[in-house]
Amino acid sequence: MEDNLLKTCLYDKHVALGAQMSPFGGFIMPIQYTGIVDEHNSVRHHAGMFDVSHMGEIFISGPDAERFVNHIFSNNISGIPDGKILYGMLLYPEGTVVDDLLVYKEFKPDSYLLVVNASNIAKDYAWICAQKEGYDVEVVNESDSWGEIALQGPEAEKFAVEVLGIQSLSGLGFYTYCECQWTGRTGVAERMIISRTGYTGEDGFEIYASHEAVNDIWDKLLEAGVLPCGLGCRDTLRFEAGLPLYGHELSDDITPLEAGLGMFAKIREKEEFIGKDALIAQKEAGLTRKIVGIELQDKAIPRAGYPVEIEGRQVGVVTTGYRSISTDRSVCVAMVEKPYTELGTPVEIRIRKKVFPGIVTKKRFYETNYKK
Amino acid sequence: MAKTVDGLYYSESHEWVKVEGNVALVGITDFAQHSMGDLSYVDMPEVDDQLEAGEEFGAVESVKAASDLYSPVSGTVIEINEELEDSPELLNQDAYANWIMKVDMSNPAELESLMDASAYDAMCQGN
Repeated sequence: MEDNLLKTCLYDKHVALGAQMSPFGGFIMPIQYTGIVDEHNSVRHHAGMFDVSHMGEIFISGPDAERFVNHIFSNNISGIPDGKILYGMLLYPEGTVVDDLLVYKEFKPDSYLLVVNASNIAKDYAWICAQKEGYDVEVVNESDSWGEIALQGPEAEKFAVEVLGIQSLSGLGFYTYCECQWTGRTGVAERMIISRTGYTGEDGFEIYASHEAVNDIWDKLLEAGVLPCGLGCRDTLRFEAGLPLYGHELSDDITPLEAGLGMFAKIREKEEFIGKDALIAQKEAGLTRKIVGIELQDKAIPRAGYPVEIEGRQVGVVTTGYRSISTDRSVCVAMVEKPYTELGTPVEIRIRKKVFPGIVTKKRFYETNYKK
Repeated sequence: MAKTVDGLYYSESHEWVKVEGNVALVGITDFAQHSMGDLSYVDMPEVDDQLEAGEEFGAVESVKAASDLYSPVSGTVIEINEELEDSPELLNQDAYANWIMKVDMSNPAELESLMDASAYDAMCQGN
């Protein structure tokens, strides 16, 4: 089993740091180094860095690139400026989700970078290629040649400017990026992409570069005192910030409307995209279920797969849950039948042999601190 | 290296038993707390619960995962350690100084099927 797992370019560093390694999305990834709680708090209050080299990079270019990306992507990229980034989904015609992703408008005409989930790289690439008939575009999966580090937290900007030596990063706006050069040990200047994005609810940057450059940057950040953080706290951080994880709050069985992410599917603005008709039909018919937050009164911890009940009848299922580290409350997000999704609705969650009372809340449990 | 304490009984599912007369104090081993990491919740049984040996009686939970607890002996729960409700981290600090429940045993002969410290240690080494 382990033999089939891929290693990121930073694998040896994780092992040397004594990380606890586990499979995730087809890769063997660090779950924690010093501990999830320490790493979580470091990102909330200082800074932390994550190896996210498992993420996929798919480039789309050509005369029809804008029209094509708008065809497969739920958000609207018409006329967005170079360096702008949009979040959205690839949808099936049924309106359910192939993947959620970021689209980067490159600093050259008719060129886009799609950053997709590790577990979906092959599926996404095949799906995108299968849609391109009639469009003059080239689709290239460069996932194997890029590494990526996410530098996150209120002190991320300070470290990015100091360690990378790029003053202009302090002026980089949220959901935009810049292209720079990195000259490391090899002495050769290499392409580097730095975006003001992340998956923690804090300010921060995501840095894309070659495997060698990413190793170099990782070492420099480590020397500067940035704490390495694993996927364990990446999940607790994104969960508190109300951000979805594919396979939990989004899937090939869930639409963006059900996930409460309708604002990223432009069914009014856009003339056409795959899945649009299904979303319009779902909206007109009315949703039958929706993702909500639930807070328990007790300390018991709701976890993915646990039933949500009302008077002994199951009305939903937990998609992610934790004893929230930043708020010290037992909270979860859950897919719940529509009649029980109003804020303040009392529900119960079955945890092993017992049921625990909770109430429906917003699905963001922590105030995000993005740089505007 | 996980610690063991002589004179206790150990189960394959990583609980320990300390016998005081007919009462069994039950906790989790140092090996168990170490492999779970920082504990954030202990799901306790209730006083007067009737347990069979091998029956689930609660769970210990870390940030990432829940791990079920199995009673090493049959009997009636006569007391639970309420301190753990607010301070589950006590199990991380000293797993053997903090029992989870006390059971009035209905069949103390069951203790014979549990391991002693050296047998348990050997099992953990083998893992």
